Formats: sequence, structure tokens, C-alpha cells
Amino acid sequence: MTDIATMPQPVSFGRRLKRFMADRPPIPLIILLIILVVILQILRPGIVNERWIANTAKFAIPLAILAGCQTMTMLTGGIDLSVGTVATMSAFIMATQIVNQDPTVAFLLAMLPAVLIGLVNGIGVGVFRVHPLIMTLGTSLIGTGFLQVYQRTVIASGAKIPGFLNWLGTGLTYGFPNALFLFVPVAVLIVFMLNRTGFGRLLYAVGDNERAARLSGVRYWQVITALYVLSSLLAGITGLLYIGLIKAPSLSLAEPLVLPSVAAAVIGGTSIFGGRGGYTGTIIGALILTVLTTLLTILQMPEGGRRILFGFIVLFVTAAYLRIVEDR
Amino acid sequence: MSRFLRNQGWVAGLFALLVFLFVVTKLIQPGYGSGDFGSLARAVLPYAFAVAAQTVVVIAGGIDLSVAAMMALTSVTAASMMNGASEEYALFVVPFVLAMGLVLGALNGILIVVTRVPDIVVTLAMLFVLQGAALLVLEAPGGAAAEWLKASVIGTVPIPGLPDWAGAWVPKALVLLFVCLCIVWIPLRRSRLGLSIYAIGSNELAAFRSGVPVARTRIVAYALSGLFAALGGLSLTISTGIGAPIPGPYLLASVAAVVLGGVALGGGKGGLLGPIIAVFVLRLVRTDLTLLAIDPNVTAIIEGLIMVAVVMFGAFITMRSRPAGATA
Repeated sequence: MTDIATMPQPVSFGRRLKRFMADRPPIPLIILLIILVVILQILRPGIVNERWIANTAKFAIPLAILAGCQTMTMLTGGIDLSVGTVATMSAFIMATQIVNQDPTVAFLLAMLPAVLIGLVNGIGVGVFRVHPLIMTLGTSLIGTGFLQVYQRTVIASGAKIPGFLNWLGTGLTYGFPNALFLFVPVAVLIVFMLNRTGFGRLLYAVGDNERAARLSGVRYWQVITALYVLSSLLAGITGLLYIGLIKAPSLSLAEPLVLPSVAAAVIGGTSIFGGRGGYTGTIIGALILTVLTTLLTILQMPEGGRRILFGFIVLFVTAAYLRIVEDR
Repeated sequence: MSRFLRNQGWVAGLFALLVFLFVVTKLIQPGYGSGDFGSLARAVLPYAFAVAAQTVVVIAGGIDLSVAAMMALTSVTAASMMNGASEEYALFVVPFVLAMGLVLGALNGILIVVTRVPDIVVTLAMLFVLQGAALLVLEAPGGAAAEWLKASVIGTVPIPGLPDWAGAWVPKALVLLFVCLCIVWIPLRRSRLGLSIYAIGSNELAAFRSGVPVARTRIVAYALSGLFAALGGLSLTISTGIGAPIPGPYLLASVAAVVLGGVALGGGKGGLLGPIIAVFVLRLVRTDLTLLAIDPNVTAIIEGLIMVAVVMFGAFITMRSRPAGATA
């Protein structure tokens, strides 16, 4: 009798599958991505080819880097809504300063507002303990104001897109988008930092239990300041990449990417309350959103219908994903 | 008791700031009179409703990113329904639009409760959905508003027994605002439901264990937020005479005024009076800067700086009054 009691109960296939997916969070996301691509192929046979993949990657990469900023800040329980403004600022300054300046000087000038905004964000959140949502919204408001004032001082000199940004944003090498030269190192760096370095561990620790982290001797404000500066720097670099892709400097260049970047990180399984998640999921989340946008464009829906579907799909994916991952 | 004093102190300080700003305005522009005050009240109207919408959910421990989109949707719905319709038809449109706001707000709450996705993500998804719906209703700014509705915010309310010069300082828009807010807020504040909203914002687990229906209360809070947002949308249509499908800057403004008004992000603290005074303060600052003939772009910078500085100051005060080491 006791033998039977101790025998492992046969686990149903569905349950085992669910557990398998829960242990490897990116797998259900990859499956979803493949399903979306298959739907696309059925709707428009032949669309999925080498060129389409390269194009999708080109548009997914800026989103993925900005979503990386969100992932890192969300791990500590924060959020960085100033990434859009920072990216726009660096892109706009680069495009206007390159006209009269040396490329290196223009690059440094473009990165200056990124560092400053990151620093202010970090001090506000880390030292003054302002809610990150408010802090980053506020700095993005200030940044946009400065950009508008700046725009009028350079209106006469005009703007151009430097050749190497053009190459980086739109060029292909053996069929691979050149943006990968930037993205692969950045992605590897973020993943390595989050998983293998002390700083990455601190981010998880602060987000998981701030009090415990403080009591264990973590200097909270230093970690947070470094984090927001890093996030802003990444956003600034994304702006340079994005201007090479879009080729039209405007004052709202990267703004439309902000909310999708939050969505990408959330779909990718990073908890908005901190302490849980990773960058691999976020990258797939960004790819899912990009493919989804293509899909909705191909359906030839009116703009309004597209937005409605986009909203519901983001909600549905997040809810489904939470069910799979949380139910261990 | 000390907490009560501190909260009331914040509101009192804010009110003093408002009075100070009025004095400054009068100094800058000696001609500043009742007519200007009336236009200030009209400009404040949509902002005040947006802030009320945000305040209710923030007190309940949530956040609503869909406020501005909800206002856009209700505004275009009202404008397109009243377009070419008779004056009496508007009597039906107003309750219809308010009910729509209530239902859509409740939908926000239901989605949060049912899917267990964080509120910030649900309302972000709803932002896209509502924006899309607004574009489907009206693709470009248009529509119309009934004349009697337009007249309801212009001019002053004659109060018997009050001399003319004093009556001129009671604009209809201000009276409308206070009547609408009081009808909803005062009974709520005194009811069990209002207490429950504060309870779930303050400590959800404790509220649950004391028998507060947490899920239902949350849904009601979001429904009320939807109602206030619908009022905001209506007031937009009334004051401009048309509906615009692109959301205005009300999301950022609402969050800023909520924080400025002494309502803690995180919930359970503050009231409606503080944020409403904060809206007046923020608008009046804008008026003053315009009167000083400062470039509107610089105005955006100054507004952002004020917001960030006030929030930092508020956080600093809160931090000082807490025992060291305690988490916020």
C-alpha cells in the first residue's frame, strides 16, 4: 500500500508543458512570435523573406534598446519615461551640430543632455526619493522645453544626417542590418551585467526588497543614480541610431517609442514592481510588438482600429504570460 | 493627529501660494480683473476634471494612464452626437457621455481585477484602445456643441444680494466645477465606499482582512475616474465647441497636480481639494509667465522645473518626518 502512496503521480502532459514553459520564460514568447510570423505569411504569402526579416530587425532594434532602459529601471521598481525625450534630444542635437562641428564634438554635445537628464533623474529618485514616474515625466517635460528653445537657435543652420549614422541605421552587410553591430554588443553587455556582475545583482536586490538591500549595506542612491545615467546614455545612443533610420529630425522623433518600450518590457516578463525579469524576454517582446505592427498595417485597418487591437493584444499577452509564469 | 495637521498644512500652504500668485499677477498686470479670472476658470475646467479623475484612483492605490485618452474619446463622442442635432438632443447626449465614461472606467477596473495585470499596464493598454476608438469616432477635429451648453461656462452667476463688482468674480465655469465635484465627492467621502477607497489605497491586505470588498471598491474607483474624465471631455467640447481625437496634455498635468496637491502616489492619503488648488496654481503660473511676455517654450521649461522642484521638496519633507531607515 505504502509503495503506491510514494509513487510519483503521473503528471498530465498539459501541466508538464506549463511547468516547462514557466521554468523557461522566453519559450512561450518565442512560440507567440512564431505564431505571429506564420499568420503574417498566411495573410500575405511570400512576405516573410530575407529583406522583410532585415527590415523588421531594423525597426525592432531601437525599440529593444529603449525597452532595455525600461527593463533595468523596472527591475528596481522604477520606470524611465524620459527615454523618448532623451533620444530625440541627442538625435536632434547631433543632426544640427554636425553641420558646423567635428563629428566627435557633435557626438559629445549630443550625449551631454542625456547624461544631465540621467543624473537629475537618478538624484531625484535615489536621493530625494521622488516617484520615478513623476521624476522622469518632469525631466522629459523640461527636456522638451529646452529642445524647443534650442531649435530656434539652429533654425538657420539647417540639419543633416551624418553618413555613418545613415550607414548604421539603414545599411545592410551581407543581408544583415548594420544596426546589429551596435545592438549585439549592447544586448550582450546588458544581459552580462544583469546576470553576472555585482551591479546587476544590486538592481535585482533593490527591486526585490529595498529595505533588506539597504540594511545589507547597499548604497541605494549610488546604485539608482548610476542606473538612471546608464539608462539615459543608452537612450541617447538609441536616438542616434533612430535618426539614421528615420532620416527626418523632428521634435517628437522618438516619443512614439516610449509607451511601446514599456509594453515590450512588460510583455517580456519583467515585473513593473521590480525584482523579477530579464533582458532576453524584453528583446523578444520588442520583436513581437514590431511584427504585430506590421501585421496590423497589412490588415489595412483604419488607424483607430489598429490602435484598439494593439492595446487589447498587449493586455492579453501580458495577462496570459502572467498566468503561465506565476502558476508554478 | 499629527498626520492630519501635516496634510491640512500642505493644502493650506498651497492655498497661500495661490493667493500669493494672485497678488503677483495683480502686480504684473494691474488691469487683471474679473474677466481674466473668468477665462482662467474656463481654462482650468478640463484640467480640474482630469485631476479629479486621477486623484480618485491614486487614493485607491492605483494610477490611470488612460485619463487623457478617455477625455478625447468622450469629447469627440459628445461633439459628433451634437453635430447638426437639436438643442434638446444635448439633454440626452450629456447623460449618455457620462454613462459611457462610467462604464469605460469600470472596464479599466474590471480588467485590472480579472487579469491581475498591474494597473499601470492595463491603463496603458486602454490608452491605446481609447485613442483608437476616438479616431474611429472622429478622424479629424470637428463636431459641434449645443448653444446652451456653451453658454453654461461663459459669463457669471448672478447671486442675489451680492453687489455687481463681487458677482463678477463668480464665473459660471468655476461654479459648474465646484458643483460637479461636490455632488460626487462629498457624499462619497462621507460614505462607507469612500472609506473603503482610502482603505485599499492605504493597505490592501489590511483592508481585505477587515472585510472591505477590495475588488469591487477598485472597480468603483476606476468607474468614478471614468466619470470625472467624461466630465473633462464634455467640458473640452463645451469650451472649444468641437471635439479633437488627439489627447491633450492632460495625463502629465493630472499626475503633476495630484502630487503637488499632497496626494501620495501609493495611495491612501490626501483629498480632492489639494489637487484642485494645485491645478489653479499651475495654470496661474502659466498665465503669469505669459503676462511677463516670456517665450512659451521657456514657459514649458519653467513649468517642468517648478513641478520637479515641488515634488522633490515634498518628498524631502516626507523623508525628514519619517524615522530613519523606514521605507517610503
